[in-house]
Amino acid sequence: MSVDIEAFEEALLALNRVDVKHILTQGEHSNNLFEAVEAVVIPTMESIGKKWEKGEVALSQVYMSGKICEEIVGELIPIETQKRANHPNIAILVYRDFHMLGKRIVHTFLRASGYAVIDYGHQESIEEIISYLKRDKVEILLISVLMLNSALHIKKLIDAIHEAKLPTKVVVGGAPFRFDATLHQEIGADALGRSASDVIGIIEELKATV
Amino acid sequence: MNAMQRVLTSLSQQEPDRVPYFLLLTLHGAKELGLGIEEYFSKGENVYEGQIRLQKKYGHDCYYSFFYAPIEVEAFGAEVIYSEDGPPNSGTPFLRKDTIASLTTPDAQNSPVLQKVYEATRLLKVDAKDEIPIIGVVMSPFSLPVMQMGFEAYLDLIYNDRALFEKLMEVNIEFCSNFANAQLEAGATAITYFDPISSPTIIPKELYLETGFKVAQKTISQIKGPTATHFASSNVAPIMANLPQTGTAVVGVSTFEDLGELKSLAKQKLTLLGNLNAIEMRHWSIEETKQAVKEAIKKGAKGGGFILAENHGEIPYAIKDETLLAIKEAIEAYGYYPIKN
Repeated sequence: MSVDIEAFEEALLALNRVDVKHILTQGEHSNNLFEAVEAVVIPTMESIGKKWEKGEVALSQVYMSGKICEEIVGELIPIETQKRANHPNIAILVYRDFHMLGKRIVHTFLRASGYAVIDYGHQESIEEIISYLKRDKVEILLISVLMLNSALHIKKLIDAIHEAKLPTKVVVGGAPFRFDATLHQEIGADALGRSASDVIGIIEELKATV
Repeated sequence: MNAMQRVLTSLSQQEPDRVPYFLLLTLHGAKELGLGIEEYFSKGENVYEGQIRLQKKYGHDCYYSFFYAPIEVEAFGAEVIYSEDGPPNSGTPFLRKDTIASLTTPDAQNSPVLQKVYEATRLLKVDAKDEIPIIGVVMSPFSLPVMQMGFEAYLDLIYNDRALFEKLMEVNIEFCSNFANAQLEAGATAITYFDPISSPTIIPKELYLETGFKVAQKTISQIKGPTATHFASSNVAPIMANLPQTGTAVVGVSTFEDLGELKSLAKQKLTLLGNLNAIEMRHWSIEETKQAVKEAIKKGAKGGGFILAENHGEIPYAIKDETLLAIKEAIEAYGYYPIKN
């Protein structure tokens, strides 16, 4: 782990916005802020996400870290230049239940990492989702749920995506998938994100297939 | 021993005749009565009848007078959204940072929304006598704001505006302790204090000690009966040593933590409630179910201080009756003291 990443993580977990900004603007990648995002922000956020999976940091710290990164990256890099070239069209939604924090964390993480994401918010209607996916030519759909019954209902949505012959790949995440390691396969998802830190790796992998 | 004696013996860190088990069933009551979930929860009488039937069928050692998580925000005037195959959810958060200062405490005793809970409890008490414990439920004042204002806004409040946070806690503590005491007056034996936000899975221990821990101490001291603290499947090990100081007697524990290690950490000051995986349970075979029960008993039951349950505090609607019956059979097979290895 580089000095910057270690210090960056420490500053984020301490919610020290001043140090976070200082490391990005004065650290070893300060000449190229986009490179700083690649070399410092993303690995740090991934590290914090993995630590949450291992029970070493709390969800509130993952959320606050992501929020600070999103704010500071937004301040330092104009929105348009944050966007990565050639990344797939990505959308995110919460399906059927009303627990939005997981979506927010993943969305924040992706935005802080330079990915543009269409946020569909809370959705219940399969028909509407299909129409959005067609309209926006979504290649990767990220779905977050908290309740088991919501997770089980995703299967119907995935079936509808297949029936509509859309190329959209579906990535699922949320508590039921953490408690049941085979649930994502049962409902036919293309990938499972156990925490926000998994999402960039998954997108990069799926990118080759869309 | 009857169920009450069995549970009390285990709570006193002694071995009863067999391991007590709580099947924390809510939605299955609707299935038993052939009702939709919304209709089932519309009357105290339905939940009473559901609990009676479920306890007879599965033989567990409690009645569970819990309706649904958002019932308390409903008493604050919030919307509840029903689903045909899952627990009711709270709708759009009704509280913003700028409205906290004007938030007032609903009258828990006379709240029209909560009367059905008291009715179910009173009816259960007639059947239970003092032989089967009736477990009431409150959402902790510290965890309730997730439904009142949304998770993100609440985390922002905890981190960024402690004075306003304290104001919100004042309102919620008064409401929560009144709701708990009204359930106890109606006949509940004990109150489950659901407090997932206090788990180290959700907030760091240091922050818990400044916030959720103090809120629990204050609230539980005002509840005139025994309490069990439940973290709704989130982890507890890092804060186990602090929990007895909140006044709680029981802790609901996660399937992600080792029961044997938690038992050591409890140091006979807390009784463990858990920790079967209620999500994975959906596709367990009969044999897998029995094995999971056997394993939990092996790790947690020795010396008492253990009640077998699943780890969420509410068994999902999708869990099959056969699986629940297999838990009962496994308790009969492996749950009698002395526990054999």
